[in-house]
Amino acid sequence: MPLPAFDTPLIFEGGQDGRANRYVPAAPALATLLPAAMLRDDLPLPDNTELDVVRHFTRLSQKTFGIDTAFYPLGSCTMKYNPRINDALANLPALRDLHPFAPDELAQGALAVMWELERSLASLFGMAAFSLNPAAGAHAELSALLIAKAYFKKKGDARRTTVIVPDTAHGTNPASAAMVGYNVVSLKSDERGRVSVDAIRAAAGPDTAVCMMTNPNTLGLFEDHIHEIAAAVHAAGGLMYYDGANANALMGNSRPGDMGFDVMHLNLHKTFSIPHGGGGAGAGPVGVAAHLVPFLPVPVVRAAGYSETGGRWPSDGLTFALEFDRPDTIGTMRSFWSNFAHMVRALAYCYANGAGGLTRVSQLAVLNANYIRASIRDLIDIPYDEVNRHEFVASAQSIKRETGVRALDIGKALLDRGYHAPTVYFPLLVPECIMIEPTETESKETLDGFITALREILVASRERPQSVLDAPVTTAVGRVDETRAARQPDLRWRPPAP
Amino acid sequence: MAQPAGLIFSKDHEWVKLDGDVATIGISDYAQSSLGDIVYVELPRVGATLQQFAGIGVVESVKAVSDIYTPLGGEVLEINAAIEADPSLVNRDPFGEGWFYKLKLGDDAEKNNLMSGADYEKLIAQA
Amino acid sequence: MYTPHTARDIEEMLRVVGVASLDELVAVPAALAVKAPLDLVPSLSEIEIAERFTAFAERTAASGYLSFLGAGAYRHYVPPVVGALAMRGEFLTSYTPYQAEVSQGYLQAIYEWQTYIALLTGMDVANASVYDGATALAEGAIMAINATGRNAVLVSQAVHPNYRAVLRTYAQGLDVVVDELPYAAGGTTDLTALETLLADQRYAAVVVQSPNFFGAIDAPAPSAVAAIKATQTLLIGVTAEAIALAVLATPASWGVDIAVGEGQSFGNAVAYGGPHVGFIATTSEQLRRIPGRLVGRTVDKDGRTAYVLTLQAREQHIRREKATSNICTNQAHCALVATIYLAALGKTGLRAVAAHNLGRAAALRTAVAALDGYALRFTAHTFNEFVLQVPGRASETLAALCARGIIGGLDLGRFYPELADSILMTATEITTMAQIERLTAALAEIAADAVARI
Repeated sequence: MPLPAFDTPLIFEGGQDGRANRYVPAAPALATLLPAAMLRDDLPLPDNTELDVVRHFTRLSQKTFGIDTAFYPLGSCTMKYNPRINDALANLPALRDLHPFAPDELAQGALAVMWELERSLASLFGMAAFSLNPAAGAHAELSALLIAKAYFKKKGDARRTTVIVPDTAHGTNPASAAMVGYNVVSLKSDERGRVSVDAIRAAAGPDTAVCMMTNPNTLGLFEDHIHEIAAAVHAAGGLMYYDGANANALMGNSRPGDMGFDVMHLNLHKTFSIPHGGGGAGAGPVGVAAHLVPFLPVPVVRAAGYSETGGRWPSDGLTFALEFDRPDTIGTMRSFWSNFAHMVRALAYCYANGAGGLTRVSQLAVLNANYIRASIRDLIDIPYDEVNRHEFVASAQSIKRETGVRALDIGKALLDRGYHAPTVYFPLLVPECIMIEPTETESKETLDGFITALREILVASRERPQSVLDAPVTTAVGRVDETRAARQPDLRWRPPAP
Repeated sequence: MAQPAGLIFSKDHEWVKLDGDVATIGISDYAQSSLGDIVYVELPRVGATLQQFAGIGVVESVKAVSDIYTPLGGEVLEINAAIEADPSLVNRDPFGEGWFYKLKLGDDAEKNNLMSGADYEKLIAQA
Repeated sequence: MYTPHTARDIEEMLRVVGVASLDELVAVPAALAVKAPLDLVPSLSEIEIAERFTAFAERTAASGYLSFLGAGAYRHYVPPVVGALAMRGEFLTSYTPYQAEVSQGYLQAIYEWQTYIALLTGMDVANASVYDGATALAEGAIMAINATGRNAVLVSQAVHPNYRAVLRTYAQGLDVVVDELPYAAGGTTDLTALETLLADQRYAAVVVQSPNFFGAIDAPAPSAVAAIKATQTLLIGVTAEAIALAVLATPASWGVDIAVGEGQSFGNAVAYGGPHVGFIATTSEQLRRIPGRLVGRTVDKDGRTAYVLTLQAREQHIRREKATSNICTNQAHCALVATIYLAALGKTGLRAVAAHNLGRAAALRTAVAALDGYALRFTAHTFNEFVLQVPGRASETLAALCARGIIGGLDLGRFYPELADSILMTATEITTMAQIERLTAALAEIAADAVARI
């Protein structure tokens, strides 16, 4: 089902002076309020009627593909349904309009939301505590590495300068390490697509600060030797970091804390149904084991009247406060306390599921991914053709050798069939990689439709390759000249010279 | 495919043309083809002193980035302004107009660490 | 609750996969299986969830109070058209627009955001957003550090305390030194020591905020800017209240190299501190150092105008440890909200809102400064916030106001011990004259009570 193809001029190209809307009353003259030298000469923005604004953005939305539009099997992104109740609750005026500097006594409901979410996440993932401070996964990774750095500094261990990262790691892992001044050592995955215990034993040493991993890994495979890997890293004095991007695969089944991870992050915009919104805002809580709790970013929500053993649960009757004064904290990561509106959404999602529901979420996410794999494995190489978790990878390498059709082209052909393309070319380990993650909110009928379309494209890739190489042909635009975009950067509109 | 005569190569896909103690340096046809459409080249400063095999710049394509490791050490005499203005030159004429920079050799013996065109071809044939 | 699988579906699918049960499918080694029962919130139906969160909202008493808080998060009037458009499902539920052909709408909207920020700040180019104002400053400082090769930053104490705190958090990761410039008696940055401090050329950048944390318009004088440029130091300008950009002289006009700040005031809720939306804008020279995503305009293979994520080689998914930043997810939807707000308000609406902010704050300032025992702490021109000195401790005055249903502002003693007698007060276009009168009357009463008790 193609997206509409019509022209949408820039909002700047339509507006005219004299088309202003009347949202506020007539304003006092600026000259009466400030000296002229402090004021700008003009503001070259357009005035558009509200109707023109509505049509403009309505049309832009019609040229945008979302989960609401159709199946969106982007590996590593967890494109599950974003429940609308979550948005309605985030929009309750008392929560929406609450100021971060409001006194704690007047913010008890909001603090209760943050506390309940934090306690739920701690139990679900086997961590002693979470901070809800970081704004995104990469932001949480940065916090985690700063925590590691502070931890070793406090121990007086100045040798810890290296981060071990598997070659299947998400790009943010080494980028975050660089932002903390760590060297990155990349480990080759073994022939099973996992991190080998021997390789870890060889790589981990007195200079190892952190080993960053995810489980299941970015190939969708469960790292079954994670216990031994964690033991080896701990024996060398290092810390284990869990990249929570794939947490949707194991809720209620296995916990990073039990695997031996010391610190972790979550992507609430993946696992906990927060809308991706075109690329953000996300939210990235960072969780730690007991020995790292003092280093958490601030503020942390404290509950008076709660004890770990036999306290009151849920939060009714407890009194909450934001705690900033923690002597060993790495500090704060952002202007205020958390992406609070997303904490509301994530907690509502936890309530909609409970422990049993989240367990089922992960089971069905794994079932859906395996169902697709089992249904296409005869037509495309599956490098690790075994029971996978919530995602799996295929390789178009042999198709490319045969007819020149690449992973990119197969993805584009899916766009013509009304599906969003899967993730391509990640992880880098697999040539012509296609990573498919359906998520648990997709029905068998949807998966069957996708499988049929993908099978037809794979056959066409061998028998009528040009039809795939020409794709997409039904979308608003065809393949885009990215070279020109990079060689002649046009990153903004400019008002015409007077 | 035969590499142009008279050039020596590094394993990182740079070529060198020697003219007395002045070396002209660029990237090979294999390198430009692997990178795809090149959109930007970051070159060292004129006057900078480079160490052999140090990372001294970057070649960017739309989807990839590659470090430039200088095949020889020495003082940078000239950089190719034409490729800063039009990076596509590197794709179209990697051994000619797409040259990157010229160096005054620091140590002549360093060229012994590089390989002939024939050996470079064997290297890329295995890739 | 959101999984569609029937028992029959599961049975059929397991058969295709070749596994007997779900338990077998997801089995992990025994040592790694969850053992103890999990302790989460209970599972509820949707109506029960709504009741629970209504209770949370009712427990958030601040909503019943009159508030004069600002300090980096501002309540403005958001026309309902903004939410109606931004919450359209395609915008809300799309991912990062990596498949350009099916994301032209969102890509164009981000191109429009980039344009709006460039026009508002006067700079050449802006990125697709960062998390918030504080992290925008940290990322801007990193840009300056990479551009100059120097590892120290000089930042005004009149820059938002949380922004400075985040700068320090990031600086500890990179072993960067952060030094501070004091503020002067008038409420702006004290630049008297500037030339001396710049002399040994150790700073990558000087950082000032305008309007600053005290609400004062704090653009550095041309002579100071000249001194900064003369030492090849960069100037970073911070904006926490974005509405001010509609009327004040632009950061570009002061001579900044990098303009950073917070866009929350453009249509985004205060939401107890997030999500908000940071912006970074810079000159063409610094373009390749800018972190985060960039949307560019180009053509497709048939010559149609098309938008696409570009210059991605700078970013983490390609450059990995050599990336300009680790940022991946940004604040795209908040930037979209801001873009729609800016489109609906337009030049005229935005300038009117800014003028009302100035006017209401002026009215509030005049009213409270006239009260016995109260005085304006600073003399500098301000935008929509100012500092009021109170008789006694600010915390006591604020507590007394609270007892009268008013959140009077921010106790500056929280960040500046020497200002423990001062409150940062804010008025915006939603502050009414009746509210100003109510605050003024309350303050008068509080001062009178204090005198009466002596």
